[in-house]
Amino acid sequence: MSAPRRPTDPPPSSRPRPSRGDPQGLERYYVLTGGRSGPGGSASSLDVATLIVSRTAPVPGMQHEHEEILRRCRDPLSVAELGAHLGLPFNILAVLLADLLEAGRVEARDPIPAHDAGRGPDLALLEEVLSGLQRL
Amino acid sequence: MDFNGFDHPGGPDGGGTRSVKVMIAGGFGTGKTTMVHSVSDIKPLTTEETLTRAGVGVDRLIGVTDKTASTVSLDFGKIGINEQLVLYLFGTPGQERFWFLWNGLCKGALDAVVLVDTRRLASSFRAIEEMERQNVPVVVALNVFPDSRDHPVDEIRDALDISPYIPVVACDARDRASSRDVLIALTGHLMERSAVALELR
Repeated sequence: MSAPRRPTDPPPSSRPRPSRGDPQGLERYYVLTGGRSGPGGSASSLDVATLIVSRTAPVPGMQHEHEEILRRCRDPLSVAELGAHLGLPFNILAVLLADLLEAGRVEARDPIPAHDAGRGPDLALLEEVLSGLQRL
Repeated sequence: MDFNGFDHPGGPDGGGTRSVKVMIAGGFGTGKTTMVHSVSDIKPLTTEETLTRAGVGVDRLIGVTDKTASTVSLDFGKIGINEQLVLYLFGTPGQERFWFLWNGLCKGALDAVVLVDTRRLASSFRAIEEMERQNVPVVVALNVFPDSRDHPVDEIRDALDISPYIPVVACDARDRASSRDVLIALTGHLMERSAVALELR
């Protein structure tokens, strides 16, 4: 005869597995970046208007967010848009992009600089912008 | 899935799409988000910028459990200029406590619109100053609210103490064509400046 069992918490293995994205807020970001708080190297110059373009297809076993970035950036997409679509703030996304940049899986195209060697913006560029706006 | 285009033979400078960045600045409640919304090709989006990026000491964030306390939202939109060029519009955060973010945000911006609510001129003083300090070319756009008094542009120019070479235009930020015209005026202003710079060389 066994004694009546005292109800206990289910063993960890039978708890509902946390689904992806389950940790909230800062904890989630910590998990995504492995605790890194900011990118170094090539990603430290990333701007919200920098365009990211995938250079390779996602491969099995990749971190979900890396895979998601590669999928979304088949056509060039700005860092700001990526952040909005993935629900990630800039500096967390920059850490993830740094990984992909270092691995050569994406390329980053900085916005066309406003000043070219002390001169104002390039006239040809401005003419392009002007005619684009006039078509709106 | 179609992965054409993954092997860019030309590399980063292989003639692909590029971007330019234009800022929509102004005081709190002057219509920045409204303008981004009315002129954007896509449904405007919001991205989060974290304060740590701007150099706030990490130790100050310890114990902050409310995520909103450590991030600021940026509204932005996008205009396809042509196949090769995309223009991104970023609304600057209007609240005074986020001014320090501007250095990073405005870096590399082509130019900026500073929106002014003529009923509250003072709320945009700081935005004009910041843009001048950062050497970002601006056009000042008076957002005409339904109950705005009719102000002659010269009067506003005096009141705001704007340099004579900065264009001042009136607009309705809710209206797509009107907002587009502000961007056209801004681009025209920049072209004049560039032409002058070329002549001076």
